[in-house]
Amino acid sequence: MILLQTVDLNKRFGDTRACDGVNFVVNSGEFLSLVGSNGAGKTSLVNLISAQLTPDSGRILFAGNDITGTSVYDRIKAGIARSFQIVNLFDWLSVFDNVALSIFSRAGKTARIAAIADSDQDVRTEALEVLGQFGLADKSAVLAGGLAQGERKLLDVAVAYALRPKLLLLDEPTSGVSTRDKGQIMDTVSSVVRAGTVTAVVIEHDMDVVFRYSDRIVMMHEGRLLADGTPEEIRANSEVASILLGAPLSS
Amino acid sequence: MKADTAGKVSRRSPLILAAAGAIILVLLALLPMYIGLYQIQLLTYGLIASIAALGFNLLLGYTGLLSFGHSAFFGIGAYSVAFLLRDAGIRSMELYILIGLPIVAIASALLGYICVRHTRIFFGILTLALSQVLYSLALKFFWVTGGTDGLRVARPTLLAGMLTFTGAGSYQRFVNSYYYYVLGVFAVCVVLMWVIVHSPFGKALQAIRDNETRARFLGLRIRRFRWASFLISGTFTGLAGILWVPLNGLTTPEVLYWPFSGEIVFTALLGGFRNFTGPIVGGIVFTYLKTYAVATTEYWQLLLGVVLVLLVLLLPTGIVGAIAALAGRLRGKERLA
Repeated sequence: MILLQTVDLNKRFGDTRACDGVNFVVNSGEFLSLVGSNGAGKTSLVNLISAQLTPDSGRILFAGNDITGTSVYDRIKAGIARSFQIVNLFDWLSVFDNVALSIFSRAGKTARIAAIADSDQDVRTEALEVLGQFGLADKSAVLAGGLAQGERKLLDVAVAYALRPKLLLLDEPTSGVSTRDKGQIMDTVSSVVRAGTVTAVVIEHDMDVVFRYSDRIVMMHEGRLLADGTPEEIRANSEVASILLGAPLSS
Repeated sequence: MKADTAGKVSRRSPLILAAAGAIILVLLALLPMYIGLYQIQLLTYGLIASIAALGFNLLLGYTGLLSFGHSAFFGIGAYSVAFLLRDAGIRSMELYILIGLPIVAIASALLGYICVRHTRIFFGILTLALSQVLYSLALKFFWVTGGTDGLRVARPTLLAGMLTFTGAGSYQRFVNSYYYYVLGVFAVCVVLMWVIVHSPFGKALQAIRDNETRARFLGLRIRRFRWASFLISGTFTGLAGILWVPLNGLTTPEVLYWPFSGEIVFTALLGGFRNFTGPIVGGIVFTYLKTYAVATTEYWQLLLGVVLVLLVLLLPTGIVGAIAALAGRLRGKERLA
């Protein structure tokens, strides 16, 4: 079942075509990787889907509804959440508060002015559960600004996940971390996402990570969709290999 | 709640905080037995300045918006009282508060609606400009406001007319009674503000302060939150103006002028705007600092300026921030020993 669909989506920045007639489809429940070289248009596409950018033309359909002209707020309420390439956290709030805020927002409780946030047991339980899933429970009292880079990346995803979205857009969740941490982060993210039956679109550069965790891979190049298939199909695609790796893959 | 030196957030039990607050309140209540009338008056001014700074800091410390125009709300509060006395003959402090608060709230809502459309320097300049419009009006419409002469405010009755201040010794009785009146309002304001900043709403403000983009992608309507913060902040500062004018006995356009906004900013910086108690301490310390600077030298502004420079260079986290950091270091040394 199709969850998200873009129809002939276009976005230009001057002479550069960030998205050039993109027809992108995401099916419910899949873990999809969006790959491509720098400047291919991956982040622009995610920004268009999450309403951080407005398209020049084309349509975006989500769960059967046209959401093209809607605001960030409306898309979050519809069930689209995202993380960012450069970690975006509330550094002066605790790890717990970072996640709890997502839950307060989802539950429509952020306007509560006469209640102590920490005394909301439902939110507290859920926030600790989410932190536990992401392996951050023992860091709950630490300021988000004091976490190591790998932990910050995980918290960035956890904050988006705590919104309980239908579609989770993750922009390079492993960028800037060590190879060892990459595996750990992706193991955690993929297990949580799959257990929570969330549909995920992940922008990723590391092809080992992409092949290992993805159900489907979509490749972008110069603002267009170049290839779309299972990891095996993409691995066998010589055009993809030549653009991404400069040489065909042997296995 | 604040961060210690290890970057951990210390969550003190509300019961412990309430006990600490109660002890401080009792000490403040006992203080007039040991100090003279002038010191009681100074402390009352200090508590009023703390209420103004507490309100101001919701905007600066918790929402990340630096207002250079909070004198406007203080002045509106003060002039509201003066108008209620002159034009409606009202002499009850409770009525001043009950009628004055909606007036400053409406003014805060209107100015906030304009100002929160912008952030950073643009926000600061807008608040400054709008407050100076009010200052000019107070200065030029002298047949309404009394111009530079201002408006006199007689001593009001307290507690629904139960306490009146006429006859011999009335001034002393008023200063003593008014201290406890202000202390009571101050305690209510501290509790209210503590609840606000620890509520989901307060957490949302802090999130917006830290990272507006991420807050937007959590589904927070940024401008609405900023506007609500502005409204509450202005109302608290306006309440301080309402409380200040009966003690001062006179309001002039000076309380609407930009240096007074600067004093409110100074107060928050002095105590420390990154923590809850900073503006409270800042309000009291600034009142004493300014009073003694004025009494010591005619170049008192220069003296305060030097203090401000030293503060920014040596104590960027303010008095409370510096004490907290020092306590954190000492605790660290204890653990190592």
